[in-house]
Amino acid sequence: MSDATINSTVNQPEAGFGDYVALLKPRVMSLVVFTAAVGLLAAPGAVHPFIAFCAILFIAIGAGASGALNMWWDADIDAVMKRTARRPVPAGKVTADEALGVGVALSGLAVTMLWLATNWVAAAILAFTIFFYAVVYTMWLKRWTPQNIVIGGAAGAFPPMIGWAVATGGVSVESVLMFALIFMWTPPHFWALALFMNSDYENAGVPMLTVTHGRRTTRTHIFVYTLLLAVLALGAGVTAIGGPIYMAVAVVLNAMFVLGAWRIWRRDEDSAALDKYLVEKKFFRLSLLYLFAHFGAILAEAALRPWGMGGW
Amino acid sequence: MSFHKEHELHTRRKGRNIGLGLTLVALICIVFGLTVVKVTRGDFEPPRGQVEGN
Repeated sequence: MSDATINSTVNQPEAGFGDYVALLKPRVMSLVVFTAAVGLLAAPGAVHPFIAFCAILFIAIGAGASGALNMWWDADIDAVMKRTARRPVPAGKVTADEALGVGVALSGLAVTMLWLATNWVAAAILAFTIFFYAVVYTMWLKRWTPQNIVIGGAAGAFPPMIGWAVATGGVSVESVLMFALIFMWTPPHFWALALFMNSDYENAGVPMLTVTHGRRTTRTHIFVYTLLLAVLALGAGVTAIGGPIYMAVAVVLNAMFVLGAWRIWRRDEDSAALDKYLVEKKFFRLSLLYLFAHFGAILAEAALRPWGMGGW
Repeated sequence: MSFHKEHELHTRRKGRNIGLGLTLVALICIVFGLTVVKVTRGDFEPPRGQVEGN
């Protein structure tokens, strides 16, 4: 790089270290860290604390890398959507090629280091998760089908399975149930968001259910998926990851969640517009608490087990 | 030998460079820590039967 090219960029926004961190979607990462840690701690068998810390770190880096690859590919639609317009690539702070470089480099680092630190099963699931999010969801499903977030939601559901695999070296019914919990939770969570951010997706040409099938159908889908989720969440309570604490949390939160979904289903667009989508926004916020509380309860059951109190 | 005046680019990218430097130091610490844990746990020792066979 010559001085001329260096000086020509002086007036353009300069990327700071924080902008590269923002490529990794830190907020999504916090969910990944939490659910992966629960999967790891709820699994039978002890993991050395430092190895557990490193494993969670590499899982988080892998998730962040797939976020960077998503920002590389989706820079065009991120620029159109209000919610994403300030991301580093559409804001012009980081180039799309840099995002690609960061994504590929960190993907390789995260998978290799997780393999060396733990086992190949955990590393293989992490590699598949990155592939699924970056290629299957971002490049293929997102712009093609309104079922994008239903199938794509699997990518966000893998972290507890990876955590479990770190501790056990394999896959089990319990880890699949934790996967299923996030998988079934994702559609109502995102469709509620789509209901009050609808024009965003429409402007970007993303075929969200609200855009392709209308809001009425989306409301019905939210209600049906929430019912299925409630059955699954309560069913998980009678397995090895459940227990009295989990069951109490699941009963209360699923009742609230089903009630919220039922309210969304009953509403029409006029009344929703009148109170600025208050019910939908409340449901979206509740969905965040829902997931954290369920995984928190699984963690509490696992933490109490050494004292003979966790589980059934 | 005279000291050069610091280029404006270095000032502008100071935060980024410090962040990257700290990240690399953290990576070194993690690899070192993992090596210590794995060596002290005996992860790199050959299986007992193999040693006796020699």
